[in-house]
Formats: sequence, structure tokens, C-alpha cells
Amino acid sequence: MKTNTFSWAALILGVLLAAGCGTTGDTKDGEGDGTGAAGGAGSGVSTSGVAGGGAWDATALQDPDSPLYTKVIYFDYDVAELRSEFIDTLRAHAEYLVRNPGAMVTIEGHCDERGSREYNVALGERRANAVQRFFETEGVPSSQISTVSYGEERPEDYGHSEAAWAMNRRAVLVY
Amino acid sequence: MFKQVLVFCALLVCQAQAMAALTIEITEGLEGALPIAVVPFAWAGDAGRPPGHSVGKIIADDLQRSGRFNTLDPADMLSRPSTADAVDFRDWRALQQENLVVGRITPNGPGGYNIRFELFDVYKGEQLIGYNIPTTEQDLRSVAHHIADLIYETLTGIPGAFATRIAYVTSEGGAGQKKTELRIADADGYGAQTIVSSDEPLMSPAWSPDGRKIAYVSFEKGKPSIWIQEIFTGKREKITSYKGINGAPAFSPDGRYLAMTLSKDGSPDIYVMDLLRRKLRQVTRHWSIDTEPSWSPDGRSLLFTSDRGGSPQIYRVSVAGGTAERLTWDGKYNARASFAPDGKSLTLITQAGGNYRIGMLELGTGSLSILSEGNLDESPSFAPNGSMIIYATRSGGKGVLAAVSTDGRVKQRLALQTGDVRDPVWSPYYKQSRSQ
Repeated sequence: MKTNTFSWAALILGVLLAAGCGTTGDTKDGEGDGTGAAGGAGSGVSTSGVAGGGAWDATALQDPDSPLYTKVIYFDYDVAELRSEFIDTLRAHAEYLVRNPGAMVTIEGHCDERGSREYNVALGERRANAVQRFFETEGVPSSQISTVSYGEERPEDYGHSEAAWAMNRRAVLVY
Repeated sequence: MFKQVLVFCALLVCQAQAMAALTIEITEGLEGALPIAVVPFAWAGDAGRPPGHSVGKIIADDLQRSGRFNTLDPADMLSRPSTADAVDFRDWRALQQENLVVGRITPNGPGGYNIRFELFDVYKGEQLIGYNIPTTEQDLRSVAHHIADLIYETLTGIPGAFATRIAYVTSEGGAGQKKTELRIADADGYGAQTIVSSDEPLMSPAWSPDGRKIAYVSFEKGKPSIWIQEIFTGKREKITSYKGINGAPAFSPDGRYLAMTLSKDGSPDIYVMDLLRRKLRQVTRHWSIDTEPSWSPDGRSLLFTSDRGGSPQIYRVSVAGGTAERLTWDGKYNARASFAPDGKSLTLITQAGGNYRIGMLELGTGSLSILSEGNLDESPSFAPNGSMIIYATRSGGKGVLAAVSTDGRVKQRLALQTGDVRDPVWSPYYKQSRSQ
């Protein structure tokens, strides 16, 4: 019986392992600013940054009786068309932005979890863009608007039912 | 050769930082598998201080998980030889085993071992391969996977993919305090390590062809950007952070280019960046969504998902640009395609009866088969030897990873103890020298 024997010693020398060790340790952010990101784009509402906005308007964003209080609109499956029920809300926000040239809004686009993650990022952007186009048509300068799509990565409802998905297909206005 | 040696060693070091994370269970399919007996390897050193891992068991588990082999329970063995001269083939013929693996581990200096193993054809009574491998405690698991690869290749003619890794994204914690992590683990789920941790979403990890870097998308600072991180040093670099989408990174097979999706000029289109010169070139230009680029094995063309025909479908375009050819015609949702290593088929997400499942499209015949059974399956990725596809699915109310053989016969589930797992991607073979 013949045995083929060769050595893997060269591959697995302890000395080399030790050398390799020195390069493995830190998996943190190489640029040193931490992997935990700034929470600036959360869905919470902030009025403190609204330069140029009157006190009355800033308050309106948080007044449950104001149309500006609603900052989330919802979409049908796999589409980015604005539903008619949200037009009044969006028009109120557009008017607010026109009257407050210093106010800045970020429109977040979101999707439900179905299908491919990167395709959903693209679909979320299409939703955010639909809101942006509506604002621009209403006279809001594009300089006051920015958009970001989170795709399916930041659900509002963590469930997996039709009802949860309906809550997650949305655009969120962050001032 | 020497450079390759260093790469291999660095890998072993990383694997030593073990932290159990994923558990694997085979959920279906062992009929027709080749019977093989892997005798627990004998330990020739101090009985009170055995090696920290059961090498024979790791090998047997790898072979069993592949679905190609059915391993014999050691409790059913009539004898437990550890060297060739102790093998009585009649014992193994009586148990209807076609192949036999025996091995012996001897001490080899402080913290060192010498593993000698042999693979036999039971009916011919012949040795097929035999190796002598010096190693250390911390490299035992890795060496066991390499031994399983050698056995698999000898008996099937296909290189094994046991000594490879997977990258995936996990999240834990509820709404508002989610923590997202990008992790790397051995292909058997052991040795998971976190390489990026963030309060904001992380997605779309992609391996470089040498297995030393991972590109990914991070939403830190409230917007997406593409990063490339060296997995052994943790060093990372921001590659793109344009206005709009920065997504779906994919290394070219030669590692010189990164394909990606950018929407800086309006709608999402496919771009390719020369990583050395940092020069960006636009490949597709269409008002629809174009995303999820994936390279052909020859590096000459890209697959991508586009809804230019009204619903998301898979297209192929030359890397030089030009007219895109539509590849999928069945169903109203096909996305996230990638080539099998031989370039003859694709795996993709396809909608079937309201469910999102993993499909495989044979390019020669155009036939599409469904390989998975979930309703929210996504992110399929081929093993580098083309034998299995790993993907994300849901089970017991949370995201888990699953793997299916490309013939659909063998199914496995890889589950974390807590939290959601998603976005799996199988590593390439590590560049290494296994023989002179």
C-alpha cells in the first residue's frame, strides 16, 4: 500500500501565523469615526433646525390639529403613484415649505419586505421622487428638498402580514 | 507561492476567534447519497489533553451536509482503525460502506499536531489518497474542512467548498434601537465574526475574488454609501457617496473593477468603477430602474434587474455597454440574478403564485426551476463550486439562512440563536496552495 505524503508545514508555520495575527485584530472603522452612524435621519420630528421658519409654523408641525402633523403617506404595492387621499397633506407641506424658505425637508422612501432588497431601494427612491416632484410642481424650490431611499431596511411595522406591508410602503417627511 | 502561504495563514488566524453563531440542520434529502465511514481520528498523545476539536466529526459533518454522502454513525462501526495496517476491509463491506476514512493525530511540539489521514475504496481494498498535515490547535477546524474538500474532490471529481466562508447581515433589537451587523462565518456556521456594526442599515455585502475584501452599502450619516473593507485588518475606504442611490456593489472576476448602481443622474443605472484609477463608467442609461449588477465568469458582461419592460426582469449587457438582452420571460417578477461559476445557469428571485422564491434559469434551454419553498425568499448566492445555493428565508417568525443543492435535492437551514439573518453571500475559494 502506497501512501502519498507531503507536508503542509510551509502553509501552517506558527511563525507566519503569529505574523498574520498582528494584522487581524481591529475590525472597527478604519477612518476612526466609528461605525455607529449619526442618527440624523431618524423618523422623529425636529423643529429646532428650521431656520427662518416662524414660531407659529414650527409649532404647526407638531400640532395634531394641523395638516402638517401628518408626515407619513402610504403607497400601493410595487408602485410610486401618490394616492389621492394624501394630496391635501402633501399640499399643506408644500405651502409650508414655500412660506418658510429656510425650512429643509428630507423625503425618505420605503418599501415592504417582499422581493429583492436592492430593487426595493430603487423602488423607495421612486416613491421619494414622486413626493419631490409634487412639491416642486407646487412651487417648492428643489434646494429645500433632499431624498433618501431605505428600501425595505427600515420598516415601520416589523410584522409580515398584508397590514404590516401596507404600513411599510411609505414616504416619510423629515424636517 | 510565498504570498499565497501568507494569505492562507491569515485566514486560519481569523477562524480561531471562534464564536458559535449559526447552527445548521439538514431538512431534506439524503437518499442516493454515497455511504462513507469516517472513523473518529485517534489521538496518540496525552489522553487527558486531547485536541480541542473532533477532526473526524467535522469531516463527517461536512460530507453529510453536502448531501452527496451518507456518513456512518460511529456507534455502528465494528472496528475503529486509525492507520492503514489496522483496516480490515471485510468489516466495512459488511456495513455496505463504499469508502472509508481513517486518521491519527499525534503531538508535534508545543501546541502543535500532526494529522495523518487516508481515504480507501472499500471494495477494491485500495488507498485513494493519504496526507500528512502538520497543524496547530487553532487551525484544527480549518484543516478538517480542507481534508473534507480533498475527500469530496477525490470521490466526486468536483472541488469541495467546505473550507470557504459566508458573509451575511444580522439585526437584533426592536424598532428604534436596531443594531445591524455585517458578519463573516465559516461555511459550516462556526467562527462568526462581526466586521461592521451600525445603528443604521447595512446591506449588499460582496466578496472580492481573492476573498480578502468585502464591499457593502452602509447608511451611516443618513445616506447610502459604498465601502470596501479589508476583512483581515478591518481597514475600510469609502468608494462612492453620490447623491441618490449608491448600491449593489459587485467585484469583477479579476478584482479590478466594481460594478454598482448609482442614481446620481436621475434614474438608477449600472456603472463600473476602475478601482485603481477611481474612474467611473456608465454601462446602462435608461429611465427605468436598472440595478443589481452581477458579472459573468469571463468578466465580459453583466446581468442586471430592470423594470424597463413594465416589471422587474433580468437583462444582460456587455460591460462595454450597448443593447441589453432580456433573459427572463416567465412570471412578472424576476430579480437579483447571479451566474453559476460555470456560467451556464443563473440563480435569481422569482415570484411564483404570490410567493418570492429562489429560481434557477438554465441559459441553454431557457427553463426556469424553483428551488425553494418559502414565501419571502431572497438573496441567492452560489457556492464557489456551484454545488449549493445559499439564500435568505423566514422561519419561526425570523430571518434565517438556508442552502439548497442546485438539483434541489438537499436542503439545509442555518439559524442564529437570536435576531434576524439576511443578505448571505458565499465566499470565493481562497487563493492557497494545497499541493506543490
